[in-house]
Amino acid sequence: MSDIASRVKAIIVDKLGVDENEVVNDASFTNDLGADSLDTVELIMEFEKEFDIQIPDDQAENIATVGQAISYIEEAKK
Amino acid sequence: MELKRVVVTGLGALTPIGNNIEEYWDSLVSGKSGSAPITYFDTEKFKTKFACEIKNFDFNEYFGRKEIRRLDKFAQYALVASDEAIADSGIDLETVDKYRVGVIWGAGIGGLETFQEEVKNFANGDGTPRFNPFFIPKMIADIAPGNISIKHGFMGPNYTTVSACASSANALIDALNYIRLGYSDVMVTGGSEAAVTQAGMGGFNAMHALSTRNDDPEKASRPFDANRDGFVLGEGAGALILEEYEHAKARGATIYAEVLGGGMSSDAYHMTAPHPEGKGVVAVMENCLRNAGLNPEDVDAINTHGTSTPLGDVAELKAITKVFGAHAKSLNINSTKSMTGHLLGAAGAIEAIASILAMKHSLVPPTINHETADENIDPELNLTLNKAQEREVNVAMSNTFGFGGHNACVLFKKIEE
Repeated sequence: MSDIASRVKAIIVDKLGVDENEVVNDASFTNDLGADSLDTVELIMEFEKEFDIQIPDDQAENIATVGQAISYIEEAKK
Repeated sequence: MELKRVVVTGLGALTPIGNNIEEYWDSLVSGKSGSAPITYFDTEKFKTKFACEIKNFDFNEYFGRKEIRRLDKFAQYALVASDEAIADSGIDLETVDKYRVGVIWGAGIGGLETFQEEVKNFANGDGTPRFNPFFIPKMIADIAPGNISIKHGFMGPNYTTVSACASSANALIDALNYIRLGYSDVMVTGGSEAAVTQAGMGGFNAMHALSTRNDDPEKASRPFDANRDGFVLGEGAGALILEEYEHAKARGATIYAEVLGGGMSSDAYHMTAPHPEGKGVVAVMENCLRNAGLNPEDVDAINTHGTSTPLGDVAELKAITKVFGAHAKSLNINSTKSMTGHLLGAAGAIEAIASILAMKHSLVPPTINHETADENIDPELNLTLNKAQEREVNVAMSNTFGFGGHNACVLFKKIEE
């Protein structure tokens, strides 16, 4: 697992209070990991802080799964 | 329209002297102080270094990691106390009509720690407003009853009353009146506060409202004592289940007491100072007696607002003498704040509970830490000093007054079967 992927997953485990083994790439924040709209906003903010990036709202809307978050951040950090 | 009768069928408490009703009552009658050095933050630069904190309660265990992040302490306290009260009432959550169950809760401030931390983060940043999405919903004072209703599915009237230290007495009176008028069968009411934070301590210190007896925190809250020097900040929650009498009887509920009436008034005088002649305080007790249909002579005990401040305590006792006349000397007057500290928006609730339990046990909790008589206080008043007193209490009054000049008063009566 890449460094980015493991850091993303650690944030999700911490904020959503879920088990690490539930945080798989195709897991949806809302459908699989029990996040509501506020949790989702908080996750995006945590990603921005952890990776020192800006995720505009229109792009944040497209980050709905663990895998999508990892790819977005990997792309942004290139 | 005939008003419906309203009774108390459940109690819950999370206080600095006990984390449930049983512990709370045991501490009240044994005269235990909840005051100790503050553990939450470094108090080196604070004038007052002690408070009445909640002790030995594992909130992480109670709520779980995901839930606790979404709740300021004042909402956590609200959920713990209301859970106990709901369970105590024995109401069947499967069969009760949840559209007929409401929650009216008191909070003087709300999520002060959340507010403090979020603003601190912003102020320490580069000006970009990176506020947490939970900031507002965690902090707002009405989120406590919101969370109680979400947890249990109660779909009746739901809001928070905000009148500083009178907040939960106002909540209780509103809950009483909604059941009286037929809007609801059951109301979860009470109040919670969690202001033992840097902002809370610093803010109240700036007003010179708090005791600074740092060398002896347990003796700091000393209502009616000549050497009192301010209140001791407390935190926690109290919860009561109010229920329409026939509804309670039909399900065979255990009834603690009848809520006979509530009184409200305003000092219309000063933002924080009590009226020197206690005009609003006289009015609130008179209003309460009238609302309850009682004469002054019917009252046996008064749990005073009695915060241990130089001006407030004397003004309240003068007002009691004015309202009750010669009967004032037959009353058991006490201040349980001598033990719990001042729970602000939760004070009315935990003190109403103390009054109800005094009726149940025929035992009036003491006003502890009294050492020196105040020459401005009539020595013939029975202030229940230092030791609990056995007393058949049929009618009990509970007073609370808030910054802003808000006064609220509630009367309870032993139920006649």
